[in-house]
Amino acid sequence: MTQTLLWLAQRVTAAILAVCVAVHLATITYAVQGGLTAAEILGRTRGNTAWLVFYSVFVVAAAIHAPIGLRSVLGEWLKWRGIWREVFLVFFAYTLLWLGLQAVIGVFA
Amino acid sequence: MRVLVKRSTAFQEFEVPRHPSQTVLDVVTYIQRKLDPTLAYRYACRVGMCGSCAMTVNGAPRWTCRTHVDRVLKNNELTIGPLRNLPVIRDLVTDMREFFDKWARAKGRFEGARTRRDDFEKVSPRTKHREAADAGIECIGCAVCYSACDVVAANPAYLGPAALNRAWTLLNDVREKENPERLRAVAGDAGCHACHTHMDCTERCPKHISPTAAIAGLKRATTKAALKGKL
Repeated sequence: MTQTLLWLAQRVTAAILAVCVAVHLATITYAVQGGLTAAEILGRTRGNTAWLVFYSVFVVAAAIHAPIGLRSVLGEWLKWRGIWREVFLVFFAYTLLWLGLQAVIGVFA
Repeated sequence: MRVLVKRSTAFQEFEVPRHPSQTVLDVVTYIQRKLDPTLAYRYACRVGMCGSCAMTVNGAPRWTCRTHVDRVLKNNELTIGPLRNLPVIRDLVTDMREFFDKWARAKGRFEGARTRRDDFEKVSPRTKHREAADAGIECIGCAVCYSACDVVAANPAYLGPAALNRAWTLLNDVREKENPERLRAVAGDAGCHACHTHMDCTERCPKHISPTAAIAGLKRATTKAALKGKL
């Protein structure tokens, strides 16, 4: 049950990430046209709720998606399968979430 | 031609005459009968029905009785070894217990809802379920897919393509009693969700079955059941 739902969560977040990554890369390509400055980035993101929501969704999706994928990698390549793997992955997920949201809030506020 | 045969740790070299329509099994049989009677290998039907003669031929798992030398010979050389992912008993003979135990673990046994006193169930071959079952029903249990699968190599608990394909055909068999145990058995880290869709099984299956499609079907079925809280 849990593993099936993990698989489903990974697929759903993959679909979200596909859109997010495309938008993110397109924005980068567009934004660097006239050179890249912190002021220009902050000018776009500061106080902009749309970017706040977009990057929050991006971060949450990544924080769910990456640990589930890493779970298979750890199991298959390092033969790490016990409860401590799950503990590590929960910690990893929250680390991603915390670091990501810090960055999102950092460029919004 | 030059034939290298895996004998426990090292390869032994043999020179075998070429014949028209010669199969890899013919080559192994020639070696055992004429050159070295201590060579151990396994076969039964010689016509692609029994699934007992699979070996690794020039790096890929194949049914040797239906593999013509013409198709696989490279630089007049053949390398023959036992199947991968299974313990070797001797030379080219592998222990297939784990492979078939996994069929049992995937609830691969047919359990009909009718008794011998009931009439035959009429099953239309044109229904969606029957077509899905028919697509995988010709499996001969040769373990070629199991040997080709990298997920089996990386995750020893993984049930493997053949057992999951079997579960999928039974899931689509309308004569079967409903079996929620089977869905539970084929879900998760040892089941269909471990599959990375490399498709080595589908590429190698001598019966042209697609276990990958069966596994995708199981992923859909288990997800639906999980969302309904029935897994």
